[in-house]
Amino acid sequence: MTTEVLVQLRDVVKEFPVQSSAAFGGRSERLQAVAGVSLELRRGETLGLVGETGCGKSTLARCVVRLLEPSAGQVLFDGHDISTASHAELGPYRRRMQMIFQDPYGSLNPRRRVGSIIGDPFEIHGIGPAGQRRRKVQDLMALVGLNPEHYNRFPADFSGGQRQRIGIARAIALRPELIVCDEPVSALDVSIQAQILNLLDELQDELGLTYLFISHDLSVVRHVSDRVAVMYLGRIAEVAPSAALYERARHPYTRALLSSVPAFDPDERRAHASVLLTGDPPSPLDPPRGCRFHPRCPRAQARCAAEVPQLIPRAGDGPEHTTACHFPLADGETMSTDAARSVTA
Amino acid sequence: MSAAPPIRGRGPWELAFERLRRDRAAIASAITILFALAIALAAPLLAQLTGHSPIEQFTETGLSPTGIPVGPGREFWLGTDGLGRDVLVRIAYGTRVSLLVGVLASGLAVLIGAIVGIAAGWHGGAVDTLLSRFMDVVLSLPFLILALALAALVGPGLGVSIFLIAFFSWASVGRIVRAEARAIREREYVQAARALGAGSARIMFVEMLPVVSATVIVYATLLIPSSIAFEATLSFLGLGVPPPTPTWGNMLTDAMAYYKVAWWLLVFPGAALLGITYAFNVLGDSVRDALDPRHDQTIGAGRGGAG
Amino acid sequence: MIGFLLRRIAWGTLVVWLVATLVFVVYFAVPRDVARLIAGRQASEETLVVVRARLGLDQPILVQYGRFIGRLVHGDLGESFITQESVVSIVARDIPVSASLALGGSALWLLLGVGAGVVAAIRPRSRTDRSITALALFFYSMPTFLVGQLLLYFLFFQLYRVGFEFFPPGSYVPFTDSPLQWARFLILPWFTIALVTGAAYARLTRGAMLDALGEDYIRTARSKGLPEWRVVLLHALRSSLTPVVTQFGIDLGTLMGGAIVTEVVFGLPGLGREVVQAILKQDLPVIIGVTILSSALVVAANLLVDVCQSLLDPRVRAN
Repeated sequence: MTTEVLVQLRDVVKEFPVQSSAAFGGRSERLQAVAGVSLELRRGETLGLVGETGCGKSTLARCVVRLLEPSAGQVLFDGHDISTASHAELGPYRRRMQMIFQDPYGSLNPRRRVGSIIGDPFEIHGIGPAGQRRRKVQDLMALVGLNPEHYNRFPADFSGGQRQRIGIARAIALRPELIVCDEPVSALDVSIQAQILNLLDELQDELGLTYLFISHDLSVVRHVSDRVAVMYLGRIAEVAPSAALYERARHPYTRALLSSVPAFDPDERRAHASVLLTGDPPSPLDPPRGCRFHPRCPRAQARCAAEVPQLIPRAGDGPEHTTACHFPLADGETMSTDAARSVTA
Repeated sequence: MSAAPPIRGRGPWELAFERLRRDRAAIASAITILFALAIALAAPLLAQLTGHSPIEQFTETGLSPTGIPVGPGREFWLGTDGLGRDVLVRIAYGTRVSLLVGVLASGLAVLIGAIVGIAAGWHGGAVDTLLSRFMDVVLSLPFLILALALAALVGPGLGVSIFLIAFFSWASVGRIVRAEARAIREREYVQAARALGAGSARIMFVEMLPVVSATVIVYATLLIPSSIAFEATLSFLGLGVPPPTPTWGNMLTDAMAYYKVAWWLLVFPGAALLGITYAFNVLGDSVRDALDPRHDQTIGAGRGGAG
Repeated sequence: MIGFLLRRIAWGTLVVWLVATLVFVVYFAVPRDVARLIAGRQASEETLVVVRARLGLDQPILVQYGRFIGRLVHGDLGESFITQESVVSIVARDIPVSASLALGGSALWLLLGVGAGVVAAIRPRSRTDRSITALALFFYSMPTFLVGQLLLYFLFFQLYRVGFEFFPPGSYVPFTDSPLQWARFLILPWFTIALVTGAAYARLTRGAMLDALGEDYIRTARSKGLPEWRVVLLHALRSSLTPVVTQFGIDLGTLMGGAIVTEVVFGLPGLGREVVQAILKQDLPVIIGVTILSSALVVAANLLVDVCQSLLDPRVRAN
């Protein structure tokens, strides 16, 4: 694996204006879905991005492929700043980065034939004579494990797993370098999930792809990722190589997440003793000051409410393992909620 | 994947068509409409057959000695009107006007409505606000009064009628299409198209239009009867297609004067008008049910009921 | 609430202003010789000059427009080209007729339409439902004037032939003079309006009721043991009324501006018939006056409906 950086995010912020309908005055508030994220995606790797619903990971994903324009910060693709690029300027980059969506039922136009949908990239970018497109589409269908003879069928004729394959075929049509996978298997049955994940794995080898793999499901992310980033309320809490994250998570939130994953290994079970988070999940409209996790954190101190922790290596970790916490967990330390004091915001 | 036998998947259109085919009311109304179409096409033939043209006044055989229209009989199958003209032939020619105006006005209205609706729904922001307000204004206009006034101003005629009816009908289609387009805009397949680099034009045509077309077709079918009724109303008030061209509306104007002595002047054109609009309405309802089993309210400018 | 009201009023005023401008543009700004229209084809040049001066037609267009709007704001709608009578007094004379027609007709169509819709929705797919639906479609399809003519023929003429002159057309007796006669001349027109519009309302109500009756909260109400009539009337009907009320505002407003076709068929001297005659005679001030008044009435009715709805449903206000 080379260390060449394909995508770089620098302090990316994404805000949405929200009309407050409660008060009749209708104050316009800003919802910070992404509140300053810096990340690096290296060529050829799979970076997992986990977090609860509403933490901003989907928004971040859309900023990476420029379906959304960041409110602040920079998005660099292969060294080029595409943060504020116009539709025309983005043209060549669109061919190099693509997205796979979560909902197999919503991501395909029900009124269009599957062959036509997969052929979109060719048509949009004017690739190849029209006659050859059908062949290319059928090759793609075969590549992702679909029957090329179903070219003229409608999405309704396919199962959830097959539809995701169609979405994948569409995404790889132009041989992109980066694919952002936004919860690609969350809506599928467990048995089908494995098939799709294997397909993604094969394609990565065959086509030299880089993945940003987003999920709320830790067990899935662990399986596919080289590195993992944990996101909470618009900010990154921790980034580490996959194994390191699961064995030596430093951030209390990461520990809490891990503890919610059923584990077979008794050692693991002990290490991830159940951590119950106190307090209510906060609203992104009114995030806590300082460390955003502190109201629910069993280890929180006064400093946490005042100062935003930086995402840097802590507790003797190397540069690969960064944590945004003032009081990270040391090696072997477990987090027990008995001694927890809930700190109210 | 499994080597399934080559079954060709039935798309949403084919499924809808199947449903329509099995709907008896739809079949009956379709037959009625085809019959009307046949009459319209065969009008000159009827004129030849009976030996009466639609504008010829038969003062000898068509009117009684006191100048009253003659009733249905061997000479004039459906009777004559106040000027001794053959009612049957006139109704046949009137069918042409009604069908032509109905279909063209409806077609024009949904075309404009669909384009404006999709453009407003897709672009959002200032474009949407502008177009929406424009539609609101058009919908607020007192349509019958303005239609009459404009027709009188410009001079009534076939083209004028079609244009006016379309002008007062497109906005209700536009509003519905806009709402749908706005919903579609947020769907993931549209996001996917954007991620692929598709431009606005392509998304509106290739992604949105096929999805919206189901609604558009339903409204096109339902606008036909209201357009026909609107045209008949304009003609009735003297501002539709000008005489001597027979239209069901202006035949019914004659009926106002003569109904006490010539019931056939009211009944036959009235039955034709009612029959056609009823058939189209039934067909429209069936098309709506076939394309989308859940449905809602009624539309159409000429159908505000009032007036 | 106040903000909501102000916004609606502002929007309504804008619409009326737009209609007034549109009418002005159509009649005065488009190149045509208005003076000749009034003076007649044979008029001499001198006469035309005098007429133009009197009507201010020799002024630049913007000045004319300014005066037009100015007079409008003061409630001056000018005088009829034909009779010289002030448009305002013409309108004042005609409004009671149109209003009587509108109020009676709308009450009747609400009763018939909503009633039929509810009855049909209670027993979907039954014979009652299917006959009501077919009947509603039947009347819905007919242009209003045809319904009027048929009613005239069957209920007036046929009865008249056998000696019962119950519902003659052609005149109007003010309510203040004799309520009975007032009603007598208005019954057929009321039914004409009510049958056509009522059919639309029957369909609307039936659809909305069917949707409402399928909701979970209805099932809950029934399982609580509430008598069926309560479930239907108090619960299902209440939520179905929203689209009905919205539509009612539009329809009532339109109708107040003159049920054109009905008035023509029955010869009632209301705003509708007035404006048709004015159009055929090119009596511009009357046409303009009635048109603007009509749209103002529609706007006012919509405003009323919006206010009522926002009182009933706070979500409307937030939009």
